[in-house]
Amino acid sequence: MIKSRKERFKKNIIITIFILLFIASFFFSLGNGAVKISPLGIVKSIIYEKDTVNYQIIWNVRLPRTIVAALVGICLSLSGAILQGIMRNPLAGPNIIGVSSGGGFFAFIILIVFPQYYYLVPIGAFIGALFATLFIYSLAWKEGALPTRLVLAGVAVSSLFSAGTNALMTFFPDRVQGVLGFMVGGLSAITWKDVRMILPYAVIGIILTLFLPDKLNILMLGDEVATGLGIRVEKTRFIFIIISSLLAGAAVSVVGLLGFVGLIVPHMVRLFIGSDYRYLFPGTIFFGASVVMICDTLSRTLFAPAEIPVGIIMSALGAPFFLYLLRKKEAM
Amino acid sequence: MGIETKNLQIKYGDKLILKNANFRVNNEEIVTIIGPNGSGKTTLIKALSRYIKAYSGNIYLGGKDIYTIQTKKIAREMAILPQVKHVSADITVENLVSYGRYPHLSFGKRIGKDDKDIIHWAIEKTGLVKLKDRYIGNLSGGERQRAWIAMALAQKPKILILDEPTTYLDISYQLEVLELVKELNQSLGITVIMVLHDLNQAARYSDKIYVLKDGEVCQYGKPNSILQTKLLKDVFRIEAHIYEDKINDCPYFIPHKIIEMSIID
Repeated sequence: MIKSRKERFKKNIIITIFILLFIASFFFSLGNGAVKISPLGIVKSIIYEKDTVNYQIIWNVRLPRTIVAALVGICLSLSGAILQGIMRNPLAGPNIIGVSSGGGFFAFIILIVFPQYYYLVPIGAFIGALFATLFIYSLAWKEGALPTRLVLAGVAVSSLFSAGTNALMTFFPDRVQGVLGFMVGGLSAITWKDVRMILPYAVIGIILTLFLPDKLNILMLGDEVATGLGIRVEKTRFIFIIISSLLAGAAVSVVGLLGFVGLIVPHMVRLFIGSDYRYLFPGTIFFGASVVMICDTLSRTLFAPAEIPVGIIMSALGAPFFLYLLRKKEAM
Repeated sequence: MGIETKNLQIKYGDKLILKNANFRVNNEEIVTIIGPNGSGKTTLIKALSRYIKAYSGNIYLGGKDIYTIQTKKIAREMAILPQVKHVSADITVENLVSYGRYPHLSFGKRIGKDDKDIIHWAIEKTGLVKLKDRYIGNLSGGERQRAWIAMALAQKPKILILDEPTTYLDISYQLEVLELVKELNQSLGITVIMVLHDLNQAARYSDKIYVLKDGEVCQYGKPNSILQTKLLKDVFRIEAHIYEDKINDCPYFIPHKIIEMSIID
């Protein structure tokens, strides 16, 4: 809770850099595409040139997409940061509490078995994510849910859901094409409706994380130490798990199974700023948003006019980084 | 402040680990729990620190049933250093110590000047002033243990519970930690409950010793009455000679040989 002046100064500088990166990514994302628009042009068209083509492009196409990219980045990264803390496991990510597999399975049921109800996919994925989390938590429960048991139950349940997903794809081979996009995660065809869907969760997540870093810092010291300091460990851990599930579930429901964001972003931020959650949370928020905005922009401009799903870009960048982390163990 | 258990039973699954333990620590005492591996020492400590729940029986903290007191309130009276502790290597000593103030902060409130004074006092008490800006990862084992004790001190507890505080430390650090604990007991009147493996250290630093065997309190009393050849034979399976340490005014023993299980049985 206390920090030396020098360290505080250094960390505040890093956060400031992340904020600048966030602003730059925002304009990078809005400005790039089939039509390039300068930052000044962006500001102009949003504020007063409302009957121009630029306004149409920015307001109706790029702005909702950019905002969703940022929110998705925030939700997934915060979710991962929380889970890595409460599980005390650097490999924890939203997938460990079944968000991806559960959300994915429910979405697949709708997409493959009842494709006429495709519009229920977001809500289905969201429910699936929460359901999987609670399922894993109850399986891991035995006079308390210890992190190791949670991780193991998470792995088991995730592979169960994956098996279900694969079974569906085997039974309905002709409909697999339609779900590929969901599987790799993508931000094409995002509208203001999606912004409204994910915004509340992101806002709640951000607000909560402003109040909770001390609790999470203390949980990191181990269950017994945390108990000794007056934290109700089980209750607190459950609350954190639900928050991360809500955050990641909201993201998955809008953009599909976006791999790696929740795993690597907290790690990257930790490398820069350390594992104190008072800095890790704000760092994760700005950095996570920037990463997804940048990757999404690359996904639609690198091979334009073709668009590759952002999930592929994320994994292509994320996997090598992850290997690098494994080699450089002191990161965690 | 004292702590007491009445007919305390603890179960892990179906197995009774602690049977009918009656245990009492008075205000400002140093009490050490000894016993062979698997005798229930750590279980007792974990129950006292409300980390595991009693199967039956009661625990009283300052005369009040511990399960009826709000956990944060307990944390203002009682500090715990378990065996298993985690800390990220990139946290500074001062930062770790400051967590000790957590139970005293109300929701959303930040650390104030009084808290800072207490943190600095705890750092000074444990001799860590020069190390306060160091990362925990760069400390020696003894320094790290002192940093944890400083965190516990920052809680301003009346009771301090330590589970094997000297394990993995070199002998000089072991003594350093125990001397510190004793000093805190004498100068601040903190009641101390600890588990030690080294019986000679237990004899030297305790006012009272509890001996656990197979989940039961088999004997308790002053070090002189505990460190006896019969007890060492019955409980620890060793034949030993007992001597008197005139410098520290306490008994000590030198083990000579192990007694085979079958002979006792």
